[in-house]
Parts: sequence; C-alpha cells; structure tokens
Amino acid sequence: MKKKDYKVTAFLLFFFSLFNFFKTNIFTSTPNSPFPTCTLLYNHFCILLPIMDTTFTLAAADYGDEDELELGLGLSLTSGAYAPSSNGPISSQVVGWPPVKTYRMNSLVNQAKFSKNEGEKGAGEDITSKKKKNINHENKNDETVTKETGHSGFVKVNMDGLPIGRKVDLNAHDCYETLAQALEIMFLKASTNASFIRTEKQQRSRLLDGSSEFVLTYEDKEGDWMLVGDVPWRMFLGTVKRLRIMKTSDANGLAPRFQEKNQKPKNKRIELKK
Amino acid sequence: MVYSLPEEVLEHVFSFITSDKDRNVVSVVCKSWYEIERWCRRKVFIGNCYAVSPAIMIRRFPEVRSVELKGKPHFADFNLVPEGWGGYACSWIDEMSRSYPWLEEIRLKRMVITDESLELISTSFKNFRVLVLSSCEGFSTDGLSAIAANCRNLRELDLQESEVMDLSGHWLSHFPDTFTSLESLNMSCLGSEVSFSALERLVAMSPNLKTLRLNRAVPLGKLSTLLQQAPQLVELGTGAYSSGIRSDVYSALSKAFLGCKELKGLSGFWDVDPSYLPAFFSVCSRLTTLNLSYATIRSPDITKVINLCPNLQRLLVLDHIEDSGLNALALSCKNLQELRVFPSDMYVADANVTLTEQGLVSVTQGCPKLQSVLYFCHQMSNSALITIAKNRPNLTCFRLCIIEPRTPDYLTHEPLDIGFGAIVKHCKNLSRLSLSGLLTDRVFEYIGTHAKKLDMLSIAFAGDSDLGLHHVLSGCESLKKLEIRDCPFGDTALLANVAKLATMRSLWMSSCAVSIGACKILSRKMPMLNVEVIDENGTLNPKLDNCLVEKLYVYRTVAGPRSDMPGYIWTMDRDSANKI
Repeated sequence: MKKKDYKVTAFLLFFFSLFNFFKTNIFTSTPNSPFPTCTLLYNHFCILLPIMDTTFTLAAADYGDEDELELGLGLSLTSGAYAPSSNGPISSQVVGWPPVKTYRMNSLVNQAKFSKNEGEKGAGEDITSKKKKNINHENKNDETVTKETGHSGFVKVNMDGLPIGRKVDLNAHDCYETLAQALEIMFLKASTNASFIRTEKQQRSRLLDGSSEFVLTYEDKEGDWMLVGDVPWRMFLGTVKRLRIMKTSDANGLAPRFQEKNQKPKNKRIELKK
Repeated sequence: MVYSLPEEVLEHVFSFITSDKDRNVVSVVCKSWYEIERWCRRKVFIGNCYAVSPAIMIRRFPEVRSVELKGKPHFADFNLVPEGWGGYACSWIDEMSRSYPWLEEIRLKRMVITDESLELISTSFKNFRVLVLSSCEGFSTDGLSAIAANCRNLRELDLQESEVMDLSGHWLSHFPDTFTSLESLNMSCLGSEVSFSALERLVAMSPNLKTLRLNRAVPLGKLSTLLQQAPQLVELGTGAYSSGIRSDVYSALSKAFLGCKELKGLSGFWDVDPSYLPAFFSVCSRLTTLNLSYATIRSPDITKVINLCPNLQRLLVLDHIEDSGLNALALSCKNLQELRVFPSDMYVADANVTLTEQGLVSVTQGCPKLQSVLYFCHQMSNSALITIAKNRPNLTCFRLCIIEPRTPDYLTHEPLDIGFGAIVKHCKNLSRLSLSGLLTDRVFEYIGTHAKKLDMLSIAFAGDSDLGLHHVLSGCESLKKLEIRDCPFGDTALLANVAKLATMRSLWMSSCAVSIGACKILSRKMPMLNVEVIDENGTLNPKLDNCLVEKLYVYRTVAGPRSDMPGYIWTMDRDSANKI
C-alpha cells in the first residue's frame, strides 16, 4: 500500500471510529455542560472536530449527579492538544508526569520540609511550588508523618462502589481543600478539561461541605473512622492511615455510630489523641 | 569430532559462557547441547515474571543458583499501574523453596513480596547469599528480621527504593553475634531509625563489608564512628548530611574520610549542609560514582566538588547544577560515562535555576566516553539535539524529558522531529530512548528507519496518527520493550503488526486510541500473547467493540493467562472478554 494511501486509510479509519463513538453516545447528551477536550484531537483533526459544548453522561455512570462526567475513553487527565491551561502547566495536572519515581518525589518533598524547618534560604524555598507547598510546623514531629505512612506520604484511598483503590500523596497538599479537590479529580471527574476544574476553585470542595452524595472520611491510628476536616491539618497528617470516600447516607451520624462500635466517648470535633 | 566430546568437557566449556543471550544460543544448537546446557545453567534472568511459570523454569533448569525476576511494567514507577495489579513473588518463592535447596541469590524488581515469603527464603536455602529487592513492596522489617536471623551466609542485602513497612528499627539486632559474611548492605529506603548500636556492631563484625548505604535517619555525627570501623568501604551512602554547627562532628568526619582509602562511590546526602561538604574532599580524587541527586546544593559548592573529581564515571545530580556546573563537568571529568540530571521542581521552571539544553551540549562535547544520559529540562532545540548527536555518536542510552508535554523547539517553534531524528541516525548503538517535547509522526519515521539496535522506547504525548506507531513496530528490529502514554495510536497500527509483538517482551499503551474490538482480534490472532486490558473506572463495556481501552498491557508468554489478576483487568479470550 502506498504511504499516501495508508495515511488516508488511517485517517478515515480514525475518523470513522470517532464518529461511531459519538453516534453511540449522542442520545444521552444534554446541553450546557463542557465537553472535555478529547486528547484524540490533534493537529489536523483539531480543525475538523470542533470542541463541543454539550454535556456528556454515560448510562453506566453510577454517581447520580449530572455534573459529574464519566468517560470510558481511556483518556488521561490532560486537557486538549495545544490549549494552554491558564491555571498552570499541563504537567502538574497529569498522573505520572513528569516521569519521576515516587520514591524520589517523596524524598525531595520531605527535604523541603526539613530545610524550611532549619530556616535555610535558597534551595529549600525553590522547591516550593503550587503542588508541593510546605507544611508549616514548629517542631520536628514530621517524623511521625513518615513513620505512619512508611517512607512516603502516600495513603490509600478507596471509594464506595469502585473496586480499585488509588494512592494519594498527602505531602503534596497543605490543606484539606487541595486534597479534596485532587480526590474529586481522581474519583469523581475521571476526565475533565483542566480549566473547567479551575473555574470552580472558588467553591468549597463538595466532599468537605456535605453537599455532595459522597463524603470524605479517614481511618486514624486507632482504627476509627472519622470525618475529614475536623482537626487541624497537621494533626490529621500525623494520624491518618487511609482515606475512604463514603456515600453520605452511610456516613450519617458517623461519629455516634462509631461511638457505639468502639464504646469510646467521642464526638465529631476531636482533640488530638495522645 | 565435536559431537563425541564427553559431557564433562562441554560442561566445562559452557561454564565460561555467562551471558544469558549466549547461553540461549548454545542451547538451541542441538538436542545434546540443550540437555547439557540446561543441567549446568546456574543463573536465570526472567524479564517478565508472567512470561513463564515457576514450574516451567524448574523443569528446564534444575540446578539453578541465582534467579532474577521482574514484575510490574516500568510505568508502575510513575503511578500508572493501579494497586493490586500483580507481580507476586509468592508462588515463585514457594516452588523454589521446594526445588532449589541450593539457591544462593534472589533478585526481584517491581514485585510484591510478603514477610512470609522472606521467612521462607531464610529457612529454605542453606547457602543463601544475595537478596536484592529493587522497588518492591508488601513486606515489613519483620521479614528482614527473619533474613538477618536465619541466613548465616548472607553477603548482600539490598532494599533499593523498596516500600518497607517500618515496624521496628531492631531488625538489625537479629544478625547473630558470630555473623561475619556481610559484604553489601543497602537500607537507604527505610523511613525510621534503626538501632544504632546494632548497626555499629554489625559493621564492626563484617570485615568484608564493601558497600554500606545508610538511611536518612542515621545522623551525621555517627557516620564517622561507622567509617572508622569500616575503612575498607568501597561504596558509601550517607544519612542526613547536616548536624547544626558542630566543629567536633566536622573534624571527626574529615578524619574518618581520610582513612577510607578504597572509597570509590558516594551517595545519600539528604538535607545537605554545605559547610560539611569539605569533609569528604579527601576522597574525591578516587571517586568514580557520585550520587548527589538528593542534595539541594548549588554553585559554587557543587562546582567545587566536581572540579575535585577527575575520575568520575557516573554522576547523578539535581538541576541545581545548572549550565555552569555542567560546563565545569565537561572540563574536569573526561572519564564520564553516565550523567543523570533530575528536576528539583516538578512542574514549574524555577527562575533561580538556569539549567538549559546548553549544559547537556557542553557535556557531550567535553566528555568523550559519555554513553548514558537522563536529562530533565524545560527547553530544547533541534540544533542542540543535532549537535549532541554529532558530538556523541557513542550514546547507548538517551532519555530526555522536557517537563511540559508537547513543548516545541524554543527557537523555531517547530516540532523536535529532526533533533531526535539526528540522535537515532548518528547514535548507531542506541539501545534505550525516551522522547518528549512536540513530536509528529515524522520522528517515528526516523526512528523506524535508523534505530535498528533500539531495545526500549518510551513515548509520551507524541505523534499524530497510527502511522507513527506503525513506523516503530515495523522498523525497529531489536525492539523489546515499548511503552506509550497519551498518544493517538490505535487499532490500525496495532493490528498491522501483530507478529512483531511476539518478538517483544511487552507493550504498554495507556490513554491511547485502542479499542476493545482490536484487543479481541489481537488476542485471537496471537494466542501466545496475554492481552490485558486495565479498566480502573469500571466503565468498560466489553461487548461494545469500539469502546476505547484505558490501559493495555500486552506481553508474550508460555504460561497462558495469569490466574492472579485483580477484578479490574479484562483478559481477551477469543471472541469474548473475560474477567477473572
């Protein structure tokens, strides 16, 4: 087959399969939500297939809320071809990029915390970035963080209804907001245009304020499940073992329910346990 | 006559053949050579633990002393492989414990191993000598205690970058008082403190100790004590390299380093306080390996160190070295063979760090023996790449990561096709290549045409169409490992090159444009391949043939589909997709 013919065939095949894809799913679309810019739209294809402004929900989605998008496309968290996100480089929004081993990333983050501690200028501050803001601490108790989570700041996160857990790097966050947003991206919006996410930055994460169908909980050192957000961030880091995104209906009265189980007097607003 | 040589003679001749490839060639000459070779094979390397089963290995090679296994795909290092994927060492250890009583060495990479397995290793193999767990997980310090307590002839314990559950620092105390055979200990990945007295005792009792890599928690003040006990060390990994302002610590350290006349490699250097750097200057002239990739030191400190190490062959650094440091490297270190420059800031170009493509160009110009490069940077140009290619045609490994995906040539705003094209054209022995930046199908045409010795290729955010993938699969004759993410490669190229996949170890494709239908066809056409589709979100409908797959992992195997797959993996079997 001539090269030119091959290219034409490949193009036609690709276009056709994309067309089939749209055909199967168009019946569920409703207006007025952004369509994630498909990573398949590259170079010359970009001209042919315009970015659509329609919602996109698959029948299989179990999450209820029509704003939550779910695509079985195998698309990563990148935004489209050349669309530069006004809210930061693509590299900070993509899983596993840049290709640096998590072992190394954790080491650098832990060191950044250390140098801030020692009051060193220069390199320590340079490592600071939006993603890896250092946690402010007065004493050296960050050792407990490394101890709890092994060498890394990674803890497991599971979500009700999803068979697979993920890991999230707690060291990459300095407050509940960014953590909850990252988890929302990971679990609730599997593939969304990055700039779309950022425009909602002003609102408090729905995982934390109770308005979503899901709520964020964690298991602490003593094996109890607590609502995330009640204790100061640093204390949370020192005590969290793993996270769980629970259905709000299951989490209702979380503290009292677990109170019964453990027969320990406890309420939602907890103090640091020694 | 050759075929009447007695077996013992042939065995003796074969004992000089140590490379796996050569051994494999020897074994297919004729039936008798196959038989003789398999009985005297002592070392087995299995690049994909699912390509073969323990039973098959044991049946063919009954007298093995050393086994090396690799588990998860390479992209697992970057969080792309979900939890529970596999790579379990358990079944291997179980069967080897029954069939290889004289096993001496186990090396695992990216595998999951439990404390039970570690205990089994420690009690099953009387002559056990070497345990290397590289990027592994699933075990704790309890497992290490068992190894320490029971392996009386242990020579090497290397936990390189593994994820170990730190239950207690006392596992070191489990080494018996009479234990003296240790030659190499790497515990740099451990998070919490180990018992220092146990460590000190161990070092004092090990006259053959050549490699010692400490973890961060070992304070600098104690390092001199250890060095005094082990002046014969060849490789040292320090712990945290700072200690407030303590002149006594400094002078003790300096004196201890003076005594280490054999030291050739240094690593560690977490939390570096630059004022302590001169303490090791006395060993610099002998250093061949220096790993400063966790040290956030900058010029002039780093340049000073480099100027003192003229015999350096291997250097790992952070981008704090900047172009100026790399220029110094190019002038001082004429024996340099490998350079790795890691990013200090993962995402945004740090205005204070001026590391550009110029640094790399200088090094390729000044270091005639340079073969292996790993370079993270924020900008690149075609002209720089062409210069690099012409300067260093002896490159065998070239991994360039321009941090922002799809970054074009910063001078011309063109794709970097011709730059990488020059690399594959001039570096005829290139065996490993990682691409980045803005790339079209053109670069793959160059790769397919020129990269005939390429063994491993990593592609991300590149290409325009299936033609790109087709060029690679049809052109790269030596290709064994191909990993692709976020590229518009799909069914057509894959199905046009099915036979190629049987000559490769594995293919990884994530966030590309491959459909379930194509996976089914591939599986049907090539029964010797395992076609595994990873469906993390649980949204895959295997009946919908044009449904795209999230992540695809294809590898050749003689062991059939694996039985330990998690629920989110679909395996393609004939016309239907099956879940275990």
